[in-house]
Amino acid sequence: MVEPRPGLTILTHGVLSLGVVLVAFPLYVTLVASTHTAESLLSRVPLWLGGHFWENYRTVLGAGMRAAGGASVGTMLRNSLVMALAIALGKIAISIVSAYAIVYFRFPLRMACFWTIFLTLMLPVEVRILPTFKVVADLHLLNSYAGLTVPLIASATATFLFRQFFLTVPEELAETARIDGAGPLRFFWSILVPLSRTTIAALVVVLFIYGWNQYLWPLLVTTDEGMYTVVMGLKRMVTVADQAAQWNLAMAAVILALLPPVVVVVLAQRWFVKGLIEPEK
Amino acid sequence: MPKRVVFPHRALPWALVFPQLLITLVFFVWPAGQALVQSVLLQDAFGLSTHFVGTENFRRLVADPNYVHAVRVTLVFVGATVGLAMAAALLLAAMADRVGRGVVVYRTLLICPYAIAPAVAGVLWHFLFNPTIGVVAGWLQALGYAWNHVLNGGQALVLVILAAAWKQVSYNFLFFLAGLQAIPRAVQEAAAIDGAGPGARFWRIVFPLLSPTTFFLLVLNLVYAFFETFGIVHAVTGGGPAKATETLVFKVFNDGFVGLDFGRSAAQSVVLMAIVTGLTVVQFRYVERRVQY
Repeated sequence: MVEPRPGLTILTHGVLSLGVVLVAFPLYVTLVASTHTAESLLSRVPLWLGGHFWENYRTVLGAGMRAAGGASVGTMLRNSLVMALAIALGKIAISIVSAYAIVYFRFPLRMACFWTIFLTLMLPVEVRILPTFKVVADLHLLNSYAGLTVPLIASATATFLFRQFFLTVPEELAETARIDGAGPLRFFWSILVPLSRTTIAALVVVLFIYGWNQYLWPLLVTTDEGMYTVVMGLKRMVTVADQAAQWNLAMAAVILALLPPVVVVVLAQRWFVKGLIEPEK
Repeated sequence: MPKRVVFPHRALPWALVFPQLLITLVFFVWPAGQALVQSVLLQDAFGLSTHFVGTENFRRLVADPNYVHAVRVTLVFVGATVGLAMAAALLLAAMADRVGRGVVVYRTLLICPYAIAPAVAGVLWHFLFNPTIGVVAGWLQALGYAWNHVLNGGQALVLVILAAAWKQVSYNFLFFLAGLQAIPRAVQEAAAIDGAGPGARFWRIVFPLLSPTTFFLLVLNLVYAFFETFGIVHAVTGGGPAKATETLVFKVFNDGFVGLDFGRSAAQSVVLMAIVTGLTVVQFRYVERRVQY
């Protein structure tokens, strides 16, 4: 702040607090709804917490909405976790070695590989759903963890981030490594990877969230309820066809569905902001 | 700037690049090629025969009133979502930048929607506005305004726009805040010494300096609004009521998976591919030009 202006400072905090309220209010109402019984939610949702927190969450995690055609939320959470971790770690692993190859080696078709990988940035899942689905079906990967994760692993953002970073690594490091007789893999593992720690940390956060929050792809690739992920399974709980939606249980499931990524982001805030924003500046 | 020091190996780089290349070819390039091919084919109702029809699928798209309607819905949706998300984020970031201490607290609180899936955000807002039990719907009705987004198409569109913008504000906020914090204080102080008030300082100095961030976010927000909002539409309104919220990306899914009209869906996919390619190329060109290694 350049000069003290008390009026503006009050306005500043006021606007920010309003922003926080707008962000928090939907979450608060959802939390409240998840602590009441289904009957008390048949008319207006109350604004205070009810007393059925543990009961609702236990029901949802265990039996879930199986009676109404849903899968147990516990199973769905597990599937989401596997999917998110597999995507985050898988993407990082294959991108970092690709970026390394493209930056530190000269091989025929190097630029062709680079542009092919670049192409994936222009092809989000939403524009290739039918043919990708067909490929996955032909490979018999439907309703499997592999089918859920592998087609999402190859996109190029991580590769670019790593490439950007590797290009800023000083030449001297590679020179001294070669002089000392280190081979490329040694150089990669002992020098480059430790240097990339911030980028890797930021990517783990971003990719975990990306994998956890996938909606369209799990919707297409899973027909077996045991393989549903929690984010896509929510819709089925919210729009149940032949009975009044059990809002309290559905909202408990919503809270469970959004909790892991939010916790990850809040805890890892510092790394992920640094790793995400630094390369763009 | 390419590396001066490289390793001479020939086979190793291929081995390193291979996994990503393989997955890219199998799950990206091949399906995209198939979509291109499908878009110029026409299948009979039972899928037993296909024949080449050139651009007929595309011509039929343009003539189809449903498609034109979806284009209009998408334009409104994208424009409103991006405008709202960026304006609100800029305001919040400008305020947070002034706060000094306490920035981290506000940032932590405001960052949460980033971690929430679009579909979940949609469900949250749907619950708030549910005509029977929603809290906000109750307030609106108490004020005499009959809210029912299940019946009213315009209201359904407002709801999905709100949910989409709400979620994106925190992402934009992070980038705007970082951009603002990168502007040297000295510039603002010099302007203040010359007599510029905070408003003038913001609009005539800070905002122009923020333009790279603004541009970057604009492209990203457009891609988000075009594509990643599928979850919101599918989970909340299902494209309804009466196609009032059927955006282009939702239509691709609906026509392809539910309607099983592969040629038409493929043609729509190709159009969307062209849009996202245009946006990505613009962004990449711009970023590459500005970044110095």
